[in-house]
Amino acid sequence: MPTATKYELKSGPATREAFGKTLAELGREDERIVVCDADLSKSTHTHLFAKEFPNRFFSCGIAEANMVALGAGLASSGKIAFVSSFSCFVLNKGFEQLRVTVAYPQVKNVKIVGTHSGISIGEDGPSQMSVEDLALACSLPGFVVVDPADDAAMRALGRKAAYVDAPVFIRAGRAKAPLIYGPDQSFEIGKSIELLPGSDVTVIAHGLLVAEAIRAAMALEPEGISVRVIDMHTIKPLDAGAISRAASETGAIVVAEEHLTDGGLGVKVAQAAALSHPCVMEFVGIFDTYAESGSPEGLLDKYGLLARDVIAAIRKVLARK
Amino acid sequence: MTGAAKSGHPGGSLSAVEILVQLYFGGHLRHDPKNPGWPERDRFILSKGHAAPVLYACMAEAGYTPVSELHTLRRLGSIYQGHPDRRFIPSLEASTGSLGQGLSVALGMALAARLDNSPSRAYVLLGDGEIQEGQVWEAAMFGAYHKVDNCCCIVDYNKIQLDGFVKDIMELEPLAAKWSGFGWHPVEFDGHDLGAVASAFDEARATKGKPTVLIAHTVKGKGVSFMENNPKFHGVAPTADEVATAMKELA
Repeated sequence: MPTATKYELKSGPATREAFGKTLAELGREDERIVVCDADLSKSTHTHLFAKEFPNRFFSCGIAEANMVALGAGLASSGKIAFVSSFSCFVLNKGFEQLRVTVAYPQVKNVKIVGTHSGISIGEDGPSQMSVEDLALACSLPGFVVVDPADDAAMRALGRKAAYVDAPVFIRAGRAKAPLIYGPDQSFEIGKSIELLPGSDVTVIAHGLLVAEAIRAAMALEPEGISVRVIDMHTIKPLDAGAISRAASETGAIVVAEEHLTDGGLGVKVAQAAALSHPCVMEFVGIFDTYAESGSPEGLLDKYGLLARDVIAAIRKVLARK
Repeated sequence: MTGAAKSGHPGGSLSAVEILVQLYFGGHLRHDPKNPGWPERDRFILSKGHAAPVLYACMAEAGYTPVSELHTLRRLGSIYQGHPDRRFIPSLEASTGSLGQGLSVALGMALAARLDNSPSRAYVLLGDGEIQEGQVWEAAMFGAYHKVDNCCCIVDYNKIQLDGFVKDIMELEPLAAKWSGFGWHPVEFDGHDLGAVASAFDEARATKGKPTVLIAHTVKGKGVSFMENNPKFHGVAPTADEVATAMKELA
């Protein structure tokens, strides 16, 4: 039986770095892989692919709308097109193109990679922060939406994304992501991972908040509070079975995410629980606001996205149970 | 078709007839209705998706889809959706209708062909009002910078958009100079002269190192006296009496 203390949560690379390396590997293995980037390749790490495969890398300039539809054209003609930029730019500026040239005509080999997601991008401030990307991506029929929590998760899910028979939005972060998974962990799109068993309450998280959920569980273990922790790395299609089991077996759920609480994983988990085993829930996320400039750590602290905040939500939900 | 549907866009369909007829039946578009998935086929995208009737008529005549169902345009369950929809007609290269996006998609297809050393070319038809969309100019910059000379953009320059004459909504002139400034090879011609249309396609194919834009000067509602140059028929279908008159004039 694993316990919370087995997780060291050492500092690891940012998931955007893992994505860049994985993309270069995929490029070596499969000539169909092409990459489009909008003047951010050094930040998104697609420059690694560009350096090795300049003829399969298309510099699109700062023009995301064209880039997304271009990717749809490439994918319609036999390529697997990775289209990358900061999450806020590719989704917000390219959304209409995602809708009309990718989702609606069911062009499956467009793989959107949005880096610098959430508020942990830090000092650049709200114009570069993506706090609504999951709401947007999940509103595209047929899309798969994933938010890998660490290096291993991104390497595995980035690779799966290339070959799943659906357009994909892959969320990546700028901040260093604590290491959660060992080398033997397997990942499947649509299948969440139970990181810790627990019977009193379940914390469901994605991305950077997975580590905070584990830290919260570790902190509460000495008090005898048994916290189940689930990494919901795939936001869509949602692992409704795991949510149903968590609701029925622990009777209380906390959803923790670096996203607006409107339209994020929280509402989707609540919907899934409502359809199976309604239970008390609390939400850790960004509440109807834009953040500001600051260090990533300072921002996560100010906007309530740390283990401390997960713990507070657990205590609150247990009091309501 | 639009008369039977009691809605639709007859004007912008009639302005593009010669362009599509020359493409589909003049030997310019390399395609095989018996093998619509042929990888080396040329692609055609109707970016001005509201001109669906002229595309449907050509595709049906070519043998992709049934002629007998053309009158079901815009009805529930019809494959002839209000705007082209790949879910209903898989041989369509793209679903269109939201303006400004087709050129980008065509450029992607042309790039894929180039990577594959395929002779495939990508053709895309834009409306004149459509090129007011900013994305068109993002795509124009991209096409010239990446020298996508196997992409051919056609502008159906009928000078009318939904709210009225283009010059009264958002003037496009000097249009050829704009494209030229963006690095494209512009060719201007009478879009209702089949010979001129054929020559323009030939010139586009022969132009290397930069993409070509064909600026087809056309007449909205061409061939129907009461529709010609009449902004009303951008997005309004003719009545039954008007259809009867129109069919006589077009015969």
